[in-house]
Amino acid sequence: MDLHELEAIGEREQAQRTRLRILCCAAAGCQASGALELKRRLETVLTAAGKLADIDVTPVGCMGLCGHGPLVRLEPSGEMFERVTPADAEEIVAALEGRPCTVTRCDRQHPFFARQFPIVLRHCGQINPERIEDYIAVGGYRTLYHVIHEMTPTEVIAAITRSGLRGRGGAGYPTGLKWATVAKSPGERKFVVCNADEGDPGAFMDRSILESDPHLVLEGMAIAAYAVGAEQGFIYVRGEYPLAIERLQKAIVQARRFGLLGAQIFESGFNFRIDIRVGAGAFVCGEETALIASIEGRRGQPRPRPPYPAESGLWGMPTLINNVETFANVTAIIEHGPEWFSSIGSNRSKGTKVFALTGKVRNTGLIEVPMGITLREIVEEIGGGTPDGTPVKAVQTGGPSGGCIPASLFDTPVDYESLAAVGSIMGSGGMVVMDEHTNMVDVARFYMEFCKDESCGKCIPCRVGTVQLFNMLTKLRNRQAHARDLDKIEELCDLMRETSLCGLGQSAPNPVLSTLHYFRHEYEELIGAEGDHGS
Amino acid sequence: MTTSALQTDVDRDARAASDNRRKILEATMKRFQYQGDALIEVLHKAQELYGFLSPELLSDVAQRLRLPPSRVYGVATFYHFFSLAPQGEHTCTVCLGTACYVRGAALLLRELEELSGVKAGHTSADGRFSLLTARCLGACGLAPAAVLDGEVVGHADRSDLAARIRNLLGREE
Repeated sequence: MDLHELEAIGEREQAQRTRLRILCCAAAGCQASGALELKRRLETVLTAAGKLADIDVTPVGCMGLCGHGPLVRLEPSGEMFERVTPADAEEIVAALEGRPCTVTRCDRQHPFFARQFPIVLRHCGQINPERIEDYIAVGGYRTLYHVIHEMTPTEVIAAITRSGLRGRGGAGYPTGLKWATVAKSPGERKFVVCNADEGDPGAFMDRSILESDPHLVLEGMAIAAYAVGAEQGFIYVRGEYPLAIERLQKAIVQARRFGLLGAQIFESGFNFRIDIRVGAGAFVCGEETALIASIEGRRGQPRPRPPYPAESGLWGMPTLINNVETFANVTAIIEHGPEWFSSIGSNRSKGTKVFALTGKVRNTGLIEVPMGITLREIVEEIGGGTPDGTPVKAVQTGGPSGGCIPASLFDTPVDYESLAAVGSIMGSGGMVVMDEHTNMVDVARFYMEFCKDESCGKCIPCRVGTVQLFNMLTKLRNRQAHARDLDKIEELCDLMRETSLCGLGQSAPNPVLSTLHYFRHEYEELIGAEGDHGS
Repeated sequence: MTTSALQTDVDRDARAASDNRRKILEATMKRFQYQGDALIEVLHKAQELYGFLSPELLSDVAQRLRLPPSRVYGVATFYHFFSLAPQGEHTCTVCLGTACYVRGAALLLRELEELSGVKAGHTSADGRFSLLTARCLGACGLAPAAVLDGEVVGHADRSDLAARIRNLLGREE
């Protein structure tokens, strides 16, 4: 494979494409709403009308507005339809041919679409994720060619560093710095690991990216491997994501067949193979040292850092671990330049962030917005407020490690530092909207139950602390708590934060502390007469 | 599979199927060159083939991968995905992720518990039905979500899901 062949594939692909096309979302969300049946029906209708040669029905990845699926988009008009049932197939074809159609159209001018800034999601919903040719036709793997043949590893790392990209898994560690550390750490072998163990409940960004554009992640990983000097990569993906695993497997096989992964990529001296490791349902494996233990076939228990995986990771070798979304940003940064990337976003948080907007919100789905946008813009403009118009009470970011931010602070800009300042975290990108009907003590207890079950049991503050906090919150909910129990809760939260071994235990108190801080009255209301009676 | 386990397979077809599964598992272990590192991959395969991980199966895997049985058992019990007991013929998994929780998943689960008489995480005594919970299916856009015999049910309506389960269990009686 060389650049000419790559371009020839892209051109051939473009030339073969029919002028009129129906793009049908085939990501997990829309599949669950009946998208595959719809696609079959569309093909039947077109076959019966003898139009299948002129009109393609293409399965594509996530179009974003998952709550209104299945979604269908027409090309070249760009018209988009929501909640399309198989019975609507005739009308969709009619719309394509300019005849009347009564299926509900999505308003593409709506802030849900207009306010987005797709970098990571730029191919999502545009290409067939199961065909590498589709990815090549939109310019795929050209950046990898450019990197291998025209850039030194040092130049690649410098570009990533200058871009200001920070880890999208939640902690926000500067990506360039991590790459540089792995590159200069001595080791006979090095590894690149993609963390796709998206464990936060309420988050599905990584699933959507892997299902919609798997090659973007593979190409990002290959560029990273070239930069740090690794020849072996792993994608650690959740077992709960069968479709993502299937598409990744296909993508890897295709890339290998095209000579874009494996030995002597683009006829250079660079070799890189990628294997998939399927997770087995343990939230703690999102923590990097636990993830390493799991890839090595052991229980997913974290170990103290340092040494960091960048110096001593898989089998004791220098290992680069980045999140799916981080890798998905790489090609755009190299292609458009680090200055372009760092011009997007806010002062210390560059680029965009993908969020899964869910809960009590009208427009649920996947969005990508520039850093620095306010929570209000996301919840009210993009999300459209609550479905029944009840006031929004809070938004939860960062899952079990994050906090609840009250509506009064919705002018907070979304960046790593601002969210931390209000007691939450950026997290991996789950954003759950809560309205007046959501009780915040219940929410705190919900997350603590999660952390209690998911604590790996290695260190005592987390193993015992989560259970105790859960018991205290249950006692509170049953109106059996005393006022002094609130102080005890806070004290225990502090202790866990300070003394737990890994991020799970250190951040498990966040949902409790943030709700206790902003919604203390809800806690105090539960210290009812019975509680006083008991004392 | 040990000899004693094989002896209980009176049916020859069942024995043939079991041998076949054994061969596939052996091939998987061979592909990973019987390395202990591949334990989780091997257990995934074993569960896919047999439906659950029996003590015999675990000790067999331990022997083939030259690992202490304690390590195999430790891994099998650490991860939620692995089941050490057989699952029911039909399974319903209710997602209890945050988005589903906010949209009433706990209520949905309680109703299904009442309907089936099976507690979450358990299987009915007759082995017909398992009611399970998931941390998050990643189908948050469709909250509340459930999985009924492998099929994702989005915007799960309580009465609709209950009817489907009743139907599933009733039709074969």
